[in-house]
Amino acid sequence: MIELNNVSKWYNDYQVLKDCTLTVERGEIVVICGPSGSGKSTLIKTVNALEPFQEGSIRVHGMEVGAPDTDLPALRARVGMVFQSFELFPHMTILQNVMIGQRVVLSRSSSDAEAQARRLLDRVGMADHAHKYPAQLSGGQQQRVAIARALAMDPMAILFDEPTSALDPEMVSEVLDVMTSLAKEGMTMMVVTHEMGFARRVATRMVFIDRGEIIENCPTEEFFGGTRNPRTEAFLGKILNH
Amino acid sequence: MNWSWSGFFGYLVNPFILGGVWTTIWLTVVSLVAGLALGFVIALMRRSSSRPVAMLAGFYVWLFRGTPLLVQLIIIYTALPVLGIRLSVVESALIGLALNEAAYLAEIIRAGIEAVPQGQVRAGRAIGMKERDIMRHIVMPQAFKIIIPPLGNSVNGLLKTTSVTSVISMEELLRRTQVLIQEKFMVLELFAVAAIYYLAMTTLWDLVQRRIEAHFGKSSAIGAAEKR
Repeated sequence: MIELNNVSKWYNDYQVLKDCTLTVERGEIVVICGPSGSGKSTLIKTVNALEPFQEGSIRVHGMEVGAPDTDLPALRARVGMVFQSFELFPHMTILQNVMIGQRVVLSRSSSDAEAQARRLLDRVGMADHAHKYPAQLSGGQQQRVAIARALAMDPMAILFDEPTSALDPEMVSEVLDVMTSLAKEGMTMMVVTHEMGFARRVATRMVFIDRGEIIENCPTEEFFGGTRNPRTEAFLGKILNH
Repeated sequence: MNWSWSGFFGYLVNPFILGGVWTTIWLTVVSLVAGLALGFVIALMRRSSSRPVAMLAGFYVWLFRGTPLLVQLIIIYTALPVLGIRLSVVESALIGLALNEAAYLAEIIRAGIEAVPQGQVRAGRAIGMKERDIMRHIVMPQAFKIIIPPLGNSVNGLLKTTSVTSVISMEELLRRTQVLIQEKFMVLELFAVAAIYYLAMTTLWDLVQRRIEAHFGKSSAIGAAEKR
């Protein structure tokens, strides 16, 4: 469903992604981890073309992401994204946040969009907050709304870019719970995160990336049980042993 | 120097002066609307990825902010006819004010647009919105809130700047005041009347602006007041 082939990206002379190759099948939950600055966020942002890349190819559901004639808005409407900083629209209510894409991009009727929005807000446990503005919500609540906003477009996959990194510790689990239930329902997900507990429980496959290179790409059990590359070992040692 | 109270109060309700007040108001409104439209286009041009387009817009702003309105008006009214472009006083005044105002508003609008975090644009793209829709539904509503205070300031300035059009004999408040002064020699009384009307108009605008700010400040005000 999502195929990256030898993707490379440079910022001027600095290479942020080196020959990254990765396939995500339908229903897979792929967790991407790595040190900060390793290129993991950049990597998933190339999938919905929020970040351009210079070499290689990315195919999403048969669409060639890098091709100049690809309808990027249409592609992005099919691939949801959840950001580290939530990025809800502050001038709209929660309900409007979840409706806007359906109205403007999918041209759904107001009543259809509202029904879908309310159903999804209920699913992420935010139905009672539909009338509020984002500034009235906690970080965990905002992130759950952001997930509902992504789901509202009926995406075939969702990209999560460090969805819990900006949250206070007590709010992390409410967001991970929503993501876990999505995973159980068969949503295809690419998740950049440091939450190794979540990864161990939910991920079908683990990717470790360091200095723009994919070092490890293996099933979850193997990643946490088997023998690992020394660089992976060093990274896990740092984030697991405290 | 003599001060005549009867003269002062007489001119305060003088139809000729009130006509000038009315002209000042519609001059302001029309040149503001035209200036906003043009200013918006110039702001977008300045942000264009095409260098010539951005430079053209930059040149416009540089030229119209860097020269006095007085000079611009005189050129439009007296120099353009040499090139075969003949404009009436009203046309010259409106065009001069709008062109000049657009240069200032373009900078205000551009600053407002640039103050909206880039993450908001990315969030709009991520749900598949086209750039135009992102501008319309996400960036502009947020930029507008940022723009209102400097925009209000600019309108306040514009109300008084319209008086400059008196040099090309546009019959707005100041010009009519001066006409009466030349007839009646009640210099202080008439200028006091004019000042009072300018004050009344800017005060009225202040009230309107506060209303608008309160309206658009809603989402953040509620957030601040009710956050758990």
